[in-house]
Amino acid sequence: MPKVNITVDGRPIEVEEGSYVLQAAEALGIDIPTLCFFKYVKPYAACRICVVEARDKRGRTRMVTACNYPASEGIEILTRTPRVMAARRLNLEMLMSRCASMPVLTALAGKLGIDQPRWGTGTDTCILCGLCVRVCDEIVGAQALGFASRGIDRFVTTPFEVDSDACILCGACAALCPTGHIRMEEAGGRDVVHSEITLGPNAAIAVPFRQAVPNAPRIDPDFCVHFRTGGCKVCAAVCPKECISHDDVERFEDLEVGTVVLATGYQDFDPTPMKQYGYGRLPNVITSMEFERMNNAAGSTGGKILMENGKEPGAIAILHCIGSRDQNAHPYCSRVCCMYALKFAHLVKEKTSAEVYQLYIDLRAFGKGYEEFFHRILEEGVNVIRGKGAEIVRGGKEYPEGTLLVRCEDTLAAKFREIPVDMVVLCTALEANHDAKDVARRFGISVGADGWFIERHPKLGPVSTTTDGVFLAGVCQSPKDIPDAVAQGSGAAAQAMSLMIRGEVEMDGAYAVIDDEVCSGCRLCNDLCPYSAIGFDETKKTSSVNPALCKACGTCAAGCPSGAIRALHFADEQIYAEIEGILS
Amino acid sequence: MPKPKLGLYWAASCGGCEIAVLDTELKVLEIADFFDIVFWPCAMDFKYDDVRALADGEITLTLFNGAIRSSENYEMAKLLRAKSTVLCAFGSCAADGCIPGLANFTSLEAITRYVYDDSPSTVNPEHVRPQPVWDVPEGTLRLPQLWNTVRTLTQVVDVDYVIPGCPPQPDQIKAVVDAVVDILKNGKPLPPKGTVLGANPRACCEECPRKRDVKKIRAFVRPHELIPDPEICLLEQGLICMGPATRGGCGAKCVKAGVPCRGCYGPPTGVHDQGAKMASAIGGVIDSTDPEEIERIIAGIPDLVGTFYRFSLPGSTLRRRQV
Repeated sequence: MPKVNITVDGRPIEVEEGSYVLQAAEALGIDIPTLCFFKYVKPYAACRICVVEARDKRGRTRMVTACNYPASEGIEILTRTPRVMAARRLNLEMLMSRCASMPVLTALAGKLGIDQPRWGTGTDTCILCGLCVRVCDEIVGAQALGFASRGIDRFVTTPFEVDSDACILCGACAALCPTGHIRMEEAGGRDVVHSEITLGPNAAIAVPFRQAVPNAPRIDPDFCVHFRTGGCKVCAAVCPKECISHDDVERFEDLEVGTVVLATGYQDFDPTPMKQYGYGRLPNVITSMEFERMNNAAGSTGGKILMENGKEPGAIAILHCIGSRDQNAHPYCSRVCCMYALKFAHLVKEKTSAEVYQLYIDLRAFGKGYEEFFHRILEEGVNVIRGKGAEIVRGGKEYPEGTLLVRCEDTLAAKFREIPVDMVVLCTALEANHDAKDVARRFGISVGADGWFIERHPKLGPVSTTTDGVFLAGVCQSPKDIPDAVAQGSGAAAQAMSLMIRGEVEMDGAYAVIDDEVCSGCRLCNDLCPYSAIGFDETKKTSSVNPALCKACGTCAAGCPSGAIRALHFADEQIYAEIEGILS
Repeated sequence: MPKPKLGLYWAASCGGCEIAVLDTELKVLEIADFFDIVFWPCAMDFKYDDVRALADGEITLTLFNGAIRSSENYEMAKLLRAKSTVLCAFGSCAADGCIPGLANFTSLEAITRYVYDDSPSTVNPEHVRPQPVWDVPEGTLRLPQLWNTVRTLTQVVDVDYVIPGCPPQPDQIKAVVDAVVDILKNGKPLPPKGTVLGANPRACCEECPRKRDVKKIRAFVRPHELIPDPEICLLEQGLICMGPATRGGCGAKCVKAGVPCRGCYGPPTGVHDQGAKMASAIGGVIDSTDPEEIERIIAGIPDLVGTFYRFSLPGSTLRRRQV
């Protein structure tokens, strides 16, 4: 597009011919009020608030709407002349005669000096700017909104004025509606429970959390409008570096490596099946991870401890051992919960004036400085009750609305207690990843009954595994806190380094070999190897053993029905000879 | 030069091996032309005394089919061994024991009781049993004594070569005959003793055209319960296919027709016990870690011995069941 020179309030600027003067003013930092304008949909000039005076080269001036008036060579735009201000006041007064109470209009009225709109103050909430209709059509592509009727009866509605399947609940209309006429509401007045509120960033494109590695935004295709309707792509238009691609697909990349450190972590125990705690059913019953996200200064509450209604809680109960040390869930101790629960209590005391109740089975404060921290918590006035939280129920009529009652047996006082609180934090167990077995299989290592990866030796080899070159770090091996995970990770890295620096590995002379001349390629052995040392050659149609991975366990040699696999030093002939020797 | 002498004999067998020789079609005429057939009870009229009359080692080649399960079988095995330069175990019965060998899973007494009394079609109120010696007015009649344990030819006499198969495939017989003719005509050296002739050193899978993948079996099915996919490995479809534990050479005829390999060519080179190898391999690919489920999956194989040792029980490490 050719460039043209225009002036806005006397300040020259070079812009593309045909671009709208509102953009030129924006580039110069000159404020023109708008209501119905959104950069990524076609301007519609419905609200008429952005009126300006345009003077052409011959000196003729006319009133135009800045949002859709195209720039041409030599025009002068005046945004604050008395005539412009009078026109804006007039237009706003007319809008207010329809809906006067909307904050966006009253604020604008204040700026333009309108005390009392001349034609009355209407009680409607929609200014019929059509931004919602245009967004739904042009960006979202759902076409779930439109105008109905004519003249003063005109209104915005869904097709046939009924709840429509065309609406994909993206919320774009509600987000852009200048007056707040359109809102997202829970159907049926259901209680929203905390777990449904995203405690982190909740846009379809976002950095998953502040500490994410890599620290880059990702698109969640389940929520992104583009993947549901094929439209939108506003994020791609906004990005000045053109980094965003909606066409990228998941792909596998092969990396050739010498050593592997497995640090696959854990997953949170889901307390939903434990009906007695009401997680997912009772409002303000949240998990420790959700509480932690809320406390994060980058979280959605900006680090404030808030209930679902946005108010600060008056009392919080922290329940230990949810899913840990429980024969119905995980028999093991998750090891980190006691200390983070104490930290939670400290945070609550620091940030709010709420009462805190800790309900524990045993307090395991065995790390460096941990016992001292426990005493500090006691001095801060935290109520510490020895007894596992048994049940959470809604408080009766005698309690304020929203009160939760935590029932437990106080085993030190030998008393049954019912503690009224506003919020409950469930300290959920650390749980092995659901796919730990598959991962273990892929790397030729073992998993225990609980799903944690098994180290080579519980005391002498806590970092290495039964597969050379594969090391463990962190919770994937067993629940542990941050210092322990860091220590193990450093150990794993050091062991991996010591292998890599040498550049070669020593291996045992005993391993399995597959005789190419005998192997018929039946592939029975392929899945048999616990160390994934057997591969299949598609061109030769035979299987082969990678001696570097083979541990000489002999499983494949026993399992090979064709007699093609021989465990070196343990061949059939050798074993028969041994048996004969013993029997002779 | 006098014609080389050929002997063929059947011991405990079904006769299929004899049919397989005839199945070589015109080749049989070539055989009759090249060799002087001195003994072939199935096809020509010879008496045992004709064999006894020959000099030791006079028969150039004897193809001996059938297992050894009677005193007569044993006597003829020893006789033919003495009279033959080269004695060849022909077919699965002579090599590994084959179907007659499944008798080793029970006892002679149990078999006799069933056949002479318990079988639904038997009427024998006097409980008559065959007697090895019976006096009649004309003299004494003798019958061969049946053995409690079926043995392979290899287990009773020294055998030079083995031609496996139930029966050996006619194409393989032709190839062996051609090789023998070539050796005799052109004075070539014999292959090392103990060589398996007319077969492939690798397992049957090598000849199988089906697509093979990593095996994970969650349920076994029997052939009548499934119309198998024509492209995919039968074992992967849950059918017990003995192919991986069976010597190739048959051309994978059964699997090409959608029927799992039954194992008639016996164990491949390097395998001592076909049934144990296959059972071990099958045990490794059952896709479960739950003991009860594993039991259920294994229960899908109704006859373990008959499935894994169908052709090789007497020749295997097990040999027989102790009863």
